Amino acid sequence: MKPQLTLDQIAVGDALPPLAYPVSATTVVLGALATRDWRPMHHDHAFAVTRNGVRDIFLNTPNQAAWFERYLTDWTGPHGRPGRMRFRMKDSVFPGDTMAITGTVTAVVVDDTGCGWAEVELDLAVGAESKTACTARVAVPVAPDDNPWTRRGERWRP
Amino acid sequence: MTDDLPADIKALIGQTTHEETADFPVERGYVWTACASVENSNPLYWDETAAAEITGGPIAPPSMLSTWFRPHHWTPGRDEPKLPLQIHFDLKKRLDLPEAIISEFTTVFHEPVRPGDVLTTCQRLRSVSPVKQTKLGRGRFWTIDVEYRNVRGELCGVESYTGFGYKRGEAAS
Repeated sequence: MKPQLTLDQIAVGDALPPLAYPVSATTVVLGALATRDWRPMHHDHAFAVTRNGVRDIFLNTPNQAAWFERYLTDWTGPHGRPGRMRFRMKDSVFPGDTMAITGTVTAVVVDDTGCGWAEVELDLAVGAESKTACTARVAVPVAPDDNPWTRRGERWRP
Repeated sequence: MTDDLPADIKALIGQTTHEETADFPVERGYVWTACASVENSNPLYWDETAAAEITGGPIAPPSMLSTWFRPHHWTPGRDEPKLPLQIHFDLKKRLDLPEAIISEFTTVFHEPVRPGDVLTTCQRLRSVSPVKQTKLGRGRFWTIDVEYRNVRGELCGVESYTGFGYKRGEAAS
């Protein structure tokens, strides 16, 4: 299988294809259970409202990480290997929201071991309001016959 | 609230604590549930041929790293639920800071996690700030690293959490 994207096809300032997704109660509950997060604010409406003081149950952070990972690898294809993700949580995402994930390439580098990296600023927003920011570093093949997943030990510096 | 950090907390900084083995092995059913929850169609997780060719066989999505350590909601004989990120809760209690949030976290991915792996973890307190005043209240920031390894001792990833423990009644005016 040939890589979907190679490093030479990426430039600083490139915008990743946006992803819009209507969040439902099922999205929130499925995401919480898929990440083994049993805390009630992610499945119990009354608890979220009375104890957390928010309007509804809300997406948990590990599930947002999964959304960001999916977004990144939709772009790179399966040869893209996530190296590092940094999250800043600002506000919650609720059922009824349409979340929009966008991304911009901020750096394209080849490290000392020859591994190609794209650094990307990602944002998960509802309407005009940013809810979670993510900075990601993903390894991308430098050539059609390169595969970052084969790197181990000193040859993998995420 | 005094600015002095208790000696036992100072001594904890940099120490390896809460070494544990996962309750269950990494399994593909959970991988598919996780992919379904975010409609992730990456062939690494659905197509045996692609997984064999690219990653030498099936792997779990890197972002699932901490999933393999979240305790069961219930297990026989355990009265108190086990808590992930135990140092965070220990600090809240020891520093008498009843509220806490995680404001930021970073995950660095190393060796891929594969079905059948039984992971081990440990936690390390990296730093605790002096007392700070924020919109939420008066308290301290702390940074905790959680390290994950497979049974061969290979590093699979490190998560770093920044938490803020605070007292709600002491917010800035």
